Formats: sequence, C-alpha cells, structure tokens
Amino acid sequence: MLHVKDVAITFNEGTPDEKKALQGINLELHEGEFVTVIGSNGAGKSTLMNTISGNLVPDVGEVIISDKDVTMLPEFKRSAYIGRVFQDPMAGTAPSMTIEENLAMAYSRIRKRKLKPGVTKQRKVQFREHLKTLNLGLEDRLNAKVGLLSGGERQALSLLMATFTNPNILLLDEHTAALDPARAELITNLTKKVVEDHGLTTLMVTHNMQQALDLGNRLIMMDKGQIILDIKGEKKQNLTIEDLLKEFQRIRGEQFESDRAVLG
Amino acid sequence: MALALFGAVESGIIYAIMALGVYLTFRVLDFPDLTVDGSFVTGAGVAAISIVNGVSPIVATLMAIGAGFIAGCITGLLHTKGKINALLSGILMMIALYSINLRIMDSPTVSLHNQPTIFSQLRDMWPAGLDSFLNGIFTAIGSERAPATWVIVFFMIVVVLVIKYLTDYFLKTEVGLALRATGDNKRMIRSLSANTDNLIILGVGISNAMVALSGALIAQIGGFADVSMGIGMIVIGLASVIIGEALIGKRTIAIATIAVIGGAIVYRMVVTLALRVDFLETGDMKLITAFIVMVALIAPRILQARKDKKRRLQKRAALGQVREGA
Repeated sequence: MLHVKDVAITFNEGTPDEKKALQGINLELHEGEFVTVIGSNGAGKSTLMNTISGNLVPDVGEVIISDKDVTMLPEFKRSAYIGRVFQDPMAGTAPSMTIEENLAMAYSRIRKRKLKPGVTKQRKVQFREHLKTLNLGLEDRLNAKVGLLSGGERQALSLLMATFTNPNILLLDEHTAALDPARAELITNLTKKVVEDHGLTTLMVTHNMQQALDLGNRLIMMDKGQIILDIKGEKKQNLTIEDLLKEFQRIRGEQFESDRAVLG
Repeated sequence: MALALFGAVESGIIYAIMALGVYLTFRVLDFPDLTVDGSFVTGAGVAAISIVNGVSPIVATLMAIGAGFIAGCITGLLHTKGKINALLSGILMMIALYSINLRIMDSPTVSLHNQPTIFSQLRDMWPAGLDSFLNGIFTAIGSERAPATWVIVFFMIVVVLVIKYLTDYFLKTEVGLALRATGDNKRMIRSLSANTDNLIILGVGISNAMVALSGALIAQIGGFADVSMGIGMIVIGLASVIIGEALIGKRTIAIATIAVIGGAIVYRMVVTLALRVDFLETGDMKLITAFIVMVALIAPRILQARKDKKRRLQKRAALGQVREGA
C-alpha cells in the first residue's frame, strides 16, 4: 500500500544548523495495517509524515503509494490518495463555511471538481448518515458554520472528512494532542472505530505512549531520523510502556557504547 | 436633488459590478488585489477604442471583460508562481497597466461622442412613452426636473442581478467551494486535492473581468474613457463592500452579494449628498471616500461595544433588584 524507500532529508545542509531529519528510512505498510509512530521531539516523525503527504520532497529515496511512484507529485495531486488529520483542530476544516460545505469539499477529494453544486439533496442524505456515526448530533447542524464548533467537534469532523471517501492511506498527525483528555479519548475511540470499519491503512504519529500501545497493530519508534524499533502482531499486543522505555535504552545505550568505542 | 440621487443610483448599480469583483478577491479569496485601479481603465479603454474603431458595443464590452480577466490572471500568476506578496503583485500589475492602457487607448482620453454604445442602442429600442410615464411619477413626487431616460437603470438592474445570481451559484459549485476554502484555509483544501494556485489565478481573473466590465459600462454611459479614471477605484470597491456588510450583513453568500450591491449604491448616494454641502468641492471626493470607509469600519464596532455595555448594565441592574427583593 505504502512504501517509503531509502528516504533521506537533510535541512540546512552545509551550515552549522545542519540537521539530518531522516536518514535512510525504509518502511512498508501493507493494506489494512495501522501503524503508530512514537519518538521524542526532533526524531523525524513529522518530517516522515510531511514526506509522505507531499509537503516535503525527499533529497533521495522514493515514496510509493499503491504501486505508484508519487515522490515528485505535488501535495494537492497526492492528496487524491491520502486522507489527513492535522494536530491543530483549526487546520482540517474551513471555519467560515458550513458543515455540509466542508463535507462536500472532502467528497471532491477523489473526484474532479466541476461547475456543479457541491451540496445536493442526495449528498445531504449521505452526509447526515456519516455524521450520525460520530454521535455528536452534528447531523442536525448541517448549516452551522464550522467555526462555531468546539475543538473536539471540529477534530471529529476532520476525521470524518479524511476517512469517508476511503483513502488509500490515512495520515494522523498527533490529531488528539491539542484536545482535553475527555475529547482526546473520544477522538481516539472514533479513530479506532473508523479505521476498523473501513479497514484503512493508517499511519499515526503520537506523543502519547499509551495511545500508541492501545491503537493499531504495529508500532515503530523513531530517533534521530531513523526507525529504531518496529514491532508487529502479537508482540505489539502484549507490549507495555516499560518494555518500550527499556527497549529504547537498550538500543540507544548500545549505540552510545559503540560510539564510545569508535571515539576511544 | 431627486435627480441627483437618481444619477447616483444609476451609476451606483454599474459600480456595483466592480464592487462584486472586489468582494470576490478581498473577502472570498482573502487576496487584497490592487489590480482593480488598472483593470477598470483597461475595461473602459478596450471598450472605447473598439467602439471608435467600429466594433459593435456588445462585442467591445465582451472584449473588455476578456482583457480584465487576462490582467487578473497575470496578477494571480505573479502571486502564485512568482511567489510575490499579494499586495505587491497587485501594485506591480496596476502600475504596468497604466502604460498598457495608454498603449491600448493611444491617447490619455478616448471620446465616445456620437458613437453607438450599449445604452444608446437600448434607448433606441425603449418605448418613448414609458419614459414620459415614469417621469410623470417622478415629477408627481415633487421633482422639477426628470431624468432623461429610465432604460439604463432598468437594464442595469437586470444585468447586476444576473451577475449576482451567477456569482452566488458559482460560489456554491464544487469549484466555488474550493475557491472559498482557498481564502479560508489553504492548507486544508490542499489536503483535499485542490490546486490552490489555479484557484487563486481563476478567482483574481474573474474578479478583474467584473471590474473591467464595470469600467466598460462607465465609459459608455459617461461617453469617454480616461487613463486616470481608475485612480482610487479599489477604495471605492472596498467602501461598497464594507458599507454593505455594515448595513445588510454577510451571513450567507446571497446576503453578502446583495449587500455589496446595496453598499455600492449607498456609497454613490452619500458622495452625491456630501458634494452638495457648500464647503465641499469636487476635488474633495477622495477625502470623502476615505472618510466613508473609516466610518463604515469604525462605527459598527463602537455600536457593538455600546450594545454590549448596555446589556451588561441591564444584567447587573436585574441582579440588583433580585438582591433587594430577597
């Protein structure tokens, strides 16, 4: 479904601020896989996300979605394959437009936009059905401006907009990080449900280790622009936060030892 | 007085087309486009020079629309592909258009004296009896002099309403929704596979096509095109948008567009009335315009603050009574 091949990006190359954001990343996601990505700040999680979505072009390497090389495809063309939810609840919706208009725009993600009305009677019925699955009562507020919704409601709407057209890849960029604990849980549960219902191939970045353990069937840990841990299947189901921390120390500790050996 | 106001309404309706164009860039696209000062003259110049060279007025007007569209598209290209700041790309295009307009017109002024125009042709088709009938009503309400013809007003109301409905419809199509989202949240609409660059170019193009149409009609009603007739046009457009929003509101697209048309007419009427004040001269026009925009921007805020204060005071007073009663 998604194949990231030997991707590397260096920012500010040749200056004192040089940063190797991604160093030879290889990642393959099979259909229906739900991968959670963890790692400290600056580990390269967001850079990886932006490389897949098309915000960033990798220095070297390839990004392949559904057997199509999209490495050089601009973001707006690539988004025909990708559903995306941002961290900022303000980022995923147009505030001065209504709920139905926002949904209509998401509906056009995989179709060519034409000079035909975006919101039709038939689509309204569909939109209502989809909104009902959120259980937030938004189906009765189709004409409300999205700017009037709370952060949680907007994020739920963003999630719906990203998923109801069945994208090849779903990218979730710390999409619960800006919400209060109760809302975050709501969105987490919705995410679980919607990914399962549609069988979406998903990549989710999170800072919350517990969330990374609870969601998905595969977990990767990033550090200094590399994937340092990749756990799947049963092993992932039985993983605990302590395991993760130990594992991190083991891997980075080893590297530290070997660095010292080289330097020594 | 009534006649002066009639004239204000008449030209206000024509300027409303320009104001709708400004609404499209300023409000919908969130793109402060200053091309307007130039493209208004481009429209006027292309129409005038074409008519003088024997082109039929309707075709000449259509050519003006096309010229305005191209001018707008170039501004859009400068901004999106050239990555030039929105304000600056408009200013650059505006200044470039000044020379281009001189080239188009071949002289600073083109007179349409004794030339056919859309309005002269319409007048020929208009039954003369209708004018005298309507003038009868006009004089009955106490005006000594009556307007020369009503055909322009009627024709322009139809044209402006058609443009308004087309704009409303367009902004609700799939492309129109994406255009509005481009002004609202670029990042979001890009992630929904819309090419924001092309949408901006299209939006600024359509906007300037409307502005040029307005210029072409003003030239035909006034009987001349002048290279400096566009100076300050953008502020007049803005004034119309802001006055309309303050008076009528902007809850939906349909309301916002009718508000812009109303704003354009009210603006003309205010200017007409202001110029009748003894100590003001024709040269003060731009100052009056600037003043109107300031008032339209500041007054609603002051009124809202007063309303809020009153509401708070009432609430406190109500609570005070409860306490006394208890």
